[in-house]
Amino acid sequence: MTTRIFGSGIRRREDPRLITGQATYTDDINLAGMVHAAILRSPHAHARITGVDVAAARAAPGVVGVYTGADTDGVLNPIPCAWLVPDSDVKAVAYPAMAKDVVRYVGDAVAVVVAETRAQAEDALESINVNYEVLPAAVNPEAATQGGAPQLHDDAPNNQAFHWVVAGGDADAAFESAEVVVRDTILQQRLIPNAIEPRSAIASYTSAMGELTLWNTSQNPHICRFLCSLVTGLPEHKIRVIAPEVGGGFGSKIAMYPWEMIAVFCSMQLGRPVKWTETRSENYQSTTHGRDHIQHVEMAATREGKITGLRTVVYAAMGAYLSTASTGIPTILHGLMYSGPYDIPNIKGDIYGVFTNTTPVEAYRGAGRPEATFLLERLVNLLADELGEDPVEIRRRNLIPKFDDGHDVATGLNYDSGNYEELLDLVLGHVNYQQLKEEQARQREHGSYMGIGVSCYCEICGLGPSQVAGAVGFGGGLWESAIIRFHPTGKVNVFVGTSPHGQGEETTFAQIVSDELGVPVDDIDIVHGDTANTPMGWGTYGSRTTVVGGAAVALTSRKIKDKARALAAHLLEAAEEDIDYEDGKFFVRGSPDQNKTIQDIALMANVAWNMPEGMEPGLEATTFYDPPNFSYPFGAHVAVVSVDPDNGFIQLQRYVAADDCGPQINPVVVAGQVHGGVVQGAGQALWEGAVYDENGQLLTGSMLDYALPKAHLVPDIEILSTITPSPHNPLGVKGIGETGAIASTITIYNAVLDALKPLGVTKLDMPLTPEKVWRAIHQQG
Amino acid sequence: MYAAEFDYYKAGSVADAIQLLGAHPGAKLIAGGHSLIPLLKLRLARPPALVDIGGIDELKGISVENGTIRIGALATHREIATSTAVENACEMVAEAAAGIGDTQVRNRGTIGGNVVHADPASDWPTVLTALNANFIVEGSGGLLRRGGRSVSAGDFFQGLFQTSVGEDEILTAIEAPALQPNQVAEYAKMAHPATGFAVVGAAVVVTTVDGRCSAASIAVGGLVPAPIRARSVEAALVGQELNAETVAAAAAHLSDDVGDNATGDFFASAEYRKVIAAVEVKHALNHAIGLAHH
Repeated sequence: MTTRIFGSGIRRREDPRLITGQATYTDDINLAGMVHAAILRSPHAHARITGVDVAAARAAPGVVGVYTGADTDGVLNPIPCAWLVPDSDVKAVAYPAMAKDVVRYVGDAVAVVVAETRAQAEDALESINVNYEVLPAAVNPEAATQGGAPQLHDDAPNNQAFHWVVAGGDADAAFESAEVVVRDTILQQRLIPNAIEPRSAIASYTSAMGELTLWNTSQNPHICRFLCSLVTGLPEHKIRVIAPEVGGGFGSKIAMYPWEMIAVFCSMQLGRPVKWTETRSENYQSTTHGRDHIQHVEMAATREGKITGLRTVVYAAMGAYLSTASTGIPTILHGLMYSGPYDIPNIKGDIYGVFTNTTPVEAYRGAGRPEATFLLERLVNLLADELGEDPVEIRRRNLIPKFDDGHDVATGLNYDSGNYEELLDLVLGHVNYQQLKEEQARQREHGSYMGIGVSCYCEICGLGPSQVAGAVGFGGGLWESAIIRFHPTGKVNVFVGTSPHGQGEETTFAQIVSDELGVPVDDIDIVHGDTANTPMGWGTYGSRTTVVGGAAVALTSRKIKDKARALAAHLLEAAEEDIDYEDGKFFVRGSPDQNKTIQDIALMANVAWNMPEGMEPGLEATTFYDPPNFSYPFGAHVAVVSVDPDNGFIQLQRYVAADDCGPQINPVVVAGQVHGGVVQGAGQALWEGAVYDENGQLLTGSMLDYALPKAHLVPDIEILSTITPSPHNPLGVKGIGETGAIASTITIYNAVLDALKPLGVTKLDMPLTPEKVWRAIHQQG
Repeated sequence: MYAAEFDYYKAGSVADAIQLLGAHPGAKLIAGGHSLIPLLKLRLARPPALVDIGGIDELKGISVENGTIRIGALATHREIATSTAVENACEMVAEAAAGIGDTQVRNRGTIGGNVVHADPASDWPTVLTALNANFIVEGSGGLLRRGGRSVSAGDFFQGLFQTSVGEDEILTAIEAPALQPNQVAEYAKMAHPATGFAVVGAAVVVTTVDGRCSAASIAVGGLVPAPIRARSVEAALVGQELNAETVAAAAAHLSDDVGDNATGDFFASAEYRKVIAAVEVKHALNHAIGLAHH
């Protein structure tokens, strides 16, 4: 028996084309007769449009069309919010593709110019004259709810987009009788996702057939088609959406954006293919952002350090409009995870979604769960400080004990499986926690400030059962599909509804099929991203692609195997129950030399010369898989930092991630996901943060001011794992795409606060820039 | 974005470039393009014409002769960073070059383009000010038709994005004295995490005689519109034996030199930059005299 392909760290087959420049992104595609769109965006965060003069632009060289909100109004339907969380009074305000009367953030579209070249479109854009009556802007999500704040939408009083409550047990009673209470106000700063590939779309409408093809950099082409049909009124079967190579998304390519709908509108008007690609500056303004919460949080506990209650009041900025999945993020994906890996009997969260004159907020890696993990792990550390105990000990006293098949928490979720303390022990043993603490004490004696951060997390992903999706107001299903097709030569195409864009499923899905059916992995190709040749699926986000889509691939493989076994029995003239299978070969039990390979079977099934009575030709199967539950990966991370009190510089010295995502199909791919997530989370802790001024101008409008993590600022990331299979999943797997970003922000934050403890610093707002650290140190006197 | 429309001319010689500048008012010189092209793409600069000097051989080359380091305006940061002659003559210059931007920026960006752009967050202005470098500028109207005029660093950098190079002039080379055996030099900066640009940069050149500092040239940049000499710190060092205490005591004088000229932003305020400038001066001095290592 050779090494099992499932679990083998083979190289990602996606990489050669990516690193040799042979990948085709949307902007690489050029069609005959194609013209180029450039969008004029509001320079004001909030203003009334009193006039738009496009005459000069219409007359400019190369221009074939100029359109404003008055042209799209009534032709394009509003951009829909696809997640209407129930019992929360969601104000699904009108979200027009182009603003007609009022602009509500810097980046809101006012007009579009289409020209023979992109340069001509940009030149003409400058000649459009818009008169604005500037209005005061609401920027801070808590202040925006107060009386007198500027109002964005008439039908959303006090800018309240929704009010959602999560409650389990009796939190108020727990706080009334609490022996100890710790509190904090946390700023979960706004982040800009910064996918390396900017957003881009090409719309090509042919009136003779009434067909639209939309190339779109999307994490979910099938959802895009569905929503495109709603916005344009075109029948869904006449729309083909293709997501070619997609250069990162991190949640920012989930939404249905106005911009590609504007491109569709232009193509329908002009009868020519229209390309729109955003600039990086445009990306900063008009591609969705993440996070942006103000959280008032408190934890109740006994003097022994047993957590008895958690309460929050959260103001979550939605931006100017409700983006596709925006409302589900600070609610379902956030509040329901308030128990984390702990046994917390009484929980209450008041979550306010708030309109602000800012770029719409959407999912960003972790989407709600980093914001939950942060507040929980922050409060646990504050509790440890209050009680004078080691934060690790407080965690131990509250972790949910090992469970294999279901555990109910106060928020109503049923976790799948967990073994939290074992993972905590593993990571503490790896770093030799006691020795680290002794080293810290030694360094403190010499005036050096080393900090240790330890955090535990449990997260919800692998979204999710469709029945739950419906119950929580998500406007779609959350199942996945796969078609496996054997060609006569025994080569295999797998068509999937998910749409990976960097997560490595072209490799790991092939490993699943190879493992199930004994076909060499190089004989299997994964096809995704084109609604014309893939079955329906709900896309790649929420760490669901392998958990849900991979399960569909595995179950389809098993259907293929059942048919192949029956055909093999027929060809070997034996009863089906006497057929054994090993390594891609079917044979009569006890006679492994007399066998039919899966390739033999594929050939016969395709030529169909000798089939059993009643068996259809072909070797192909389809599965639509709806998971019975979410998956709940977990982990324990450790960060070690040093802080220089002279200048406030933080050095991230060591990072250890111990995660459990069940069986790993490819540990190299898992490590890559953990690395990327940890570094993105470190970015939030140390460097990243979108800054608006009080007028709603984005001050961090480019990579000159918005600091993304750099490789030289990050240490080698050490990776450990345990394997606790999910009982709900045919492969036992759990998601791993977001865990790094969920855990690392608070782990690093807690490490920095630990370093600063002898200097009297107890609180800092992220990102932890040198000046903030320096000021905190020096304000202590 | 794309640049607004402009005419393009390729100059074959320095004289040709000067002639083209004269013939096209408002034209800009372009070499590596690492300062100008971003401005063009954002349409913050809209010159009617560009004069490409990238192919002019007489602007290229690095040499060290008779105790003078001469760096052609077209020398790339990488050429400077990897020049053995520069490293031997003044390691600080090679190290400063190696710390600019990233590999791609260093491969294309030129020292001449960098200094005439005069971005306060650049490294070169601070380093070249501490070295008392001279800037060779040629133009059509000067008395010195060939060889041009020589401008000291103090006169060359005039303010935010401002130098003494005129509209129809061209910087051809930069000259700086090689270090003497009794001199040490060091550059230290606080790099902006987004770009690597200097939030604060400090360059020091220290001369010692008989174990005492006989002269010091210290420049700080990043927090001021154009680099300044830290005369108070220099004065505090001269005559001292150099050790951690005298260095710290001298660096503490920096705020007298910066005065109210510091500027800041939401990442680092003026007040903080002043504190950091003193820290970076201290770091640079400690490195220079061997009390600390990279």
